[in-house]
Amino acid sequence: MTTDAAAPSLFGRLAGGSVLPLATVLFVVLVVWYGAAIALNAPFARAMATDPAGLDFAGLVETTLSQERPVLPAPHQIVAELKKTVVDLPVTSKRSLVLHGWVTLSSTLTGFAIGALLGLLLAIAIVHVKSLEKSLMFWIVSSQTVPILAVAPIVIVVLGAMGLTGLVPKAIISAYLCFFPVTIGMVKGLTSPDRLHLDLMRTWDASPSQTFWRLRVPSSVPFLFTSLEVAIASSLVGAIVGELPTGAQAGLGARLLAGSYYGQTIQIWAALFAAAILAASMVGLVGLVERLVLKAMGGRR
Amino acid sequence: MDISPSAVPADAETRASEHADYGRVVIDARGLNLTFDTADGRVDALSNVDLTVREGEFVSFIGPSGCGKTTLLRVIADLEQATGGSITVGGVSPADARASRLYGYVFQAPALLPWRNVLANVTLPLEIFGVPAAERLERAHRNLALVNLDGFEKKFPWQLSGGMQQRASIARALAFDPDLLLMDEPFGALDEIVRDKLNEQLLKLWAETAKTVIFVTHSIPEAVFLSTRIVVMSPRPGRIVDVVDCDLPRDRTLEIRETPRFLEIAHRVREGLRAGHSYDD
Repeated sequence: MTTDAAAPSLFGRLAGGSVLPLATVLFVVLVVWYGAAIALNAPFARAMATDPAGLDFAGLVETTLSQERPVLPAPHQIVAELKKTVVDLPVTSKRSLVLHGWVTLSSTLTGFAIGALLGLLLAIAIVHVKSLEKSLMFWIVSSQTVPILAVAPIVIVVLGAMGLTGLVPKAIISAYLCFFPVTIGMVKGLTSPDRLHLDLMRTWDASPSQTFWRLRVPSSVPFLFTSLEVAIASSLVGAIVGELPTGAQAGLGARLLAGSYYGQTIQIWAALFAAAILAASMVGLVGLVERLVLKAMGGRR
Repeated sequence: MDISPSAVPADAETRASEHADYGRVVIDARGLNLTFDTADGRVDALSNVDLTVREGEFVSFIGPSGCGKTTLLRVIADLEQATGGSITVGGVSPADARASRLYGYVFQAPALLPWRNVLANVTLPLEIFGVPAAERLERAHRNLALVNLDGFEKKFPWQLSGGMQQRASIARALAFDPDLLLMDEPFGALDEIVRDKLNEQLLKLWAETAKTVIFVTHSIPEAVFLSTRIVVMSPRPGRIVDVVDCDLPRDRTLEIRETPRFLEIAHRVREGLRAGHSYDD
């Protein structure tokens, strides 16, 4: 059910859609990035040159964009690193970003599942028990004001002492971050039915559970997906932060940490991009499910 | 110009009981009061309301906004509770009447659930009552046919016009075959042409189903066209100022609105509304 009536020219379609605006922004970003890379890497290039005075502009550009540990790597260096660590290296390699990405992804998804479930249960409890809103809401909001970087090592150490290492502590840190948007969104969603619909259920003498399943839950679906999109992105942040205190064993967080230990800026940026791509795909996936569900629920709302 | 609030309904009651063709008492209110405590102080939404409605009647509540007509309907439906007086619905308290699903309620807005198609909206009350699936479908189809919505079962509410949505909500209210139909300005948001058409359909439906209908409106022609009795109400405090018998023939067409008898009744209703309004505003 699109509104496009006639088929416009290719350019018209590009300009009308989101491709051209996105491409324009990408182009501007790339230009600024290359400019910044040249400017930021130039001092080192000059220092290393055997004859700084004899270094012409073309030579300067060439050396600034091909350093092994640049202050700011050029986009093509990051792409090359990504290609090497994702495509070229076998998955079993310790430098494979697929391996590290999978480690992070598995704790992200586990944490997301725990956090979303916890967030849902909290929201349901808060909506049904009035006193819980007063008693719990304060602590729920407070929990998010504590810097996760400070909490993460404590969780790792405490759970480590209890014999839990690897995926579980990281998933718990993820869950700690991602339950919050789900609780807030679902409290709003479950209380979103308007007076009229609640009155209607009342005229039928519907039980609280009938009202919950037939009115509150369907009303909350748009809120649910919005919170899940935020939650899954937070969950990834939680998983990466959870990988830092363990001393860089595995995961995208470990790659970030190792990269910063050894000044491997290209590696840091590659891990950063891998994390961004992962986050974007997960948010996109949630958005896709949302579209399908909302379509099944009658389309336009 | 003040009309004593209690004198008129007492008169109305004797008149109502003269109607031999109407059956047992469905609604019986005695000295009903309802006060809301708001931030601006006490509001007398209903003051000393006496009303008797018998089986098979079509009674309209008419009056300006704030006269308590919707509040009275909501008290009958147990959506509000009276603070004084007594009321029975179907011989029991409004709460028991609601619990036994005695009435179907049609709101001013269609209030269809947007994620359910027309058919699923109509079967919703039946689902809640635990009616078996096959019977749910049969009843929904029958009632959608009754409001001329057959063929629209799979449409979602947003794909329907306002008038069609309201018809679907009437089908939903009728789906579980309640004895009493409570309608709160159901056509208030629709344009006049659609409203006329739905009024005709509603009369036909009333004749076919023999339900008792309570109908809230602020349109005099609508009230006179539809009703067997018109309860004229007035605000501050919300009260009944007149009860007008509407003795037009039962099988009415829109043309009846030009007859002298129709205009006569409409005039009396207008006089009642004016009398209730005779002070400060």
